[in-house]
Amino acid sequence: MDAATISRPAVAEIWSWLGEIPDPEIPVISLVDLGIIRDVAWAGDLLEVTVTPTYSGCPATGVINFEIERGLREHGIEKLVLKRQLSPAWTTAWISTEGRAKLRDYGIAPPIEGTAACAGALRPFDVSCPRCGSQRTERISQFGSTPCKAHFRCTDCLEPFDYFKSI
Amino acid sequence: MSAAAPSQAVAAFALRMGDNCLILGHRNSEWCGHAPALEEDIALANTALDLIGQTQLWLGLACEAEDKGRSADDLAFLRDVSGYRNLLLVEQPNGDFGRTLMRQYLFDAWHLPMLKALMGSADKRIADIAEKASKEVAYHLERSADLVVRLGDGTKESHARMQAAVDFLWPYTGEMFLADALDEELAAAGLAPEPGSLKAAWQEHVSRTFAAATLKAPEKSFAQKGGRRGVHSEHLGYILAEMQFLQRAYPGARW
Repeated sequence: MDAATISRPAVAEIWSWLGEIPDPEIPVISLVDLGIIRDVAWAGDLLEVTVTPTYSGCPATGVINFEIERGLREHGIEKLVLKRQLSPAWTTAWISTEGRAKLRDYGIAPPIEGTAACAGALRPFDVSCPRCGSQRTERISQFGSTPCKAHFRCTDCLEPFDYFKSI
Repeated sequence: MSAAAPSQAVAAFALRMGDNCLILGHRNSEWCGHAPALEEDIALANTALDLIGQTQLWLGLACEAEDKGRSADDLAFLRDVSGYRNLLLVEQPNGDFGRTLMRQYLFDAWHLPMLKALMGSADKRIADIAEKASKEVAYHLERSADLVVRLGDGTKESHARMQAAVDFLWPYTGEMFLADALDEELAAAGLAPEPGSLKAAWQEHVSRTFAAATLKAPEKSFAQKGGRRGVHSEHLGYILAEMQFLQRAYPGARW
C-alpha cells in the first residue's frame, strides 16, 4: 500500500463531510439531503465526486460545484474531480426523509411523489400548509421563486408558501 | 458509414435542438418584468431558464461532437443568422401575451414527444439530455396547455387574441415535421426520430386542447420553412444583435 492510499480518507467520512454542505438556495438542507451527490469514489489518489443537476438551468449548479470543492479542500483533499451525470435524471424521490422534514420546518412543503407533470391534464392533489398543517390550500402558480418550486396559498391561515414540486 | 459522418450528424442535430431552446428561451426572457401578472412573469422567466439550461447541454454536445475546439458560448454568441438552425416558429416576435403563450404551446406539444423519442437514441449523450429535459418540458406543456384553454375559453377579448395567435403562428408549425437529408441520416442511424413520426401525437394534443379552448386551427395553410437550414425570417437578426452585442463589441469579455 503506497503513501497516498494510506492517507486517503474513507468514502463514508467524505459522505459525512458532504452532508454538512448546505444547498445554496435552501440552506437548511444539505447537498446529500437533496440527493444530487450520486457517487464518491477514489481512483488512486484522485477523489471523484459524481453530481447530478436538479434542473438544467438551475443557477445554483455552479455555486454547488464550488462549495463541494471548497468543502473537501478544507478537509485536506487536494486532488479531486467533479463528474457531471445526467442520467438517471435527478428526481425529488431522492430527497432524504430528513431533508423533507427540514424543508417543512423551513416553510417549504415537501414534494408529493407521483405528481410530476405529464403530457396529460393537470391533476389536483393535496399539499399541506407547512405553517398550520391545513389541507385547504390552493395552487397559485406551477412556477415559483426557483425552477424547483411552485407557488401555493393556504386558505385557512391565508399564508402563501412554496411547494417543492415533484419531478 | 464512416465514423466521422455520424459525429457530424450528431453535431448538426444538437445544434438544431439547442438553437430552438436558445432562441425561445431568449424570447421568453424578453418578458422579464413585463408580464401581465407577477406569477406569469416568474413562470416565463422559469421557462426561459430551463430552456437556456437545455441550450447549454445541447450546444455542449454539438461542440463535443464537431470537435473543432469551440465552446457552447462561442456557438451562441459568435454565429450569424445563417449559422442558426432553429425553427422559424421560435424566433417569431412575442406579440401580446396570448401569442407568446400560443407559440410556447405549439412548440411544447412538439418538444415533449420529440424528447421522449430521443430517450431511445442510439447515442447515449442524446438520450441522457432528452431524459433530463423531458421532465422540465412536461411542466412547460402542462402550463402552456392549461393557459391556452383558460384564455381561449375565457372572455371575448382573450378568445379573440388567442384565435389571432393561432392564425398568425400556424404557418410556422409545418416545419417541425418536414424531413431533410440530415433527418434521414439520423433516423437511419437510430439517433433521432423521423420528424413526420411526431405529427400524429402533436396533432392529437393540439386538437384536444383547441377543442377545450374553443379555438380553430386554420383548415388550409402554407408551411413556412427554412430555419433548420439557416434561412430565417428578418426577426432573428434583431434577436442576435441584442443577445450577441457584448461579445461582439468586447470579444472574450467575462464576469
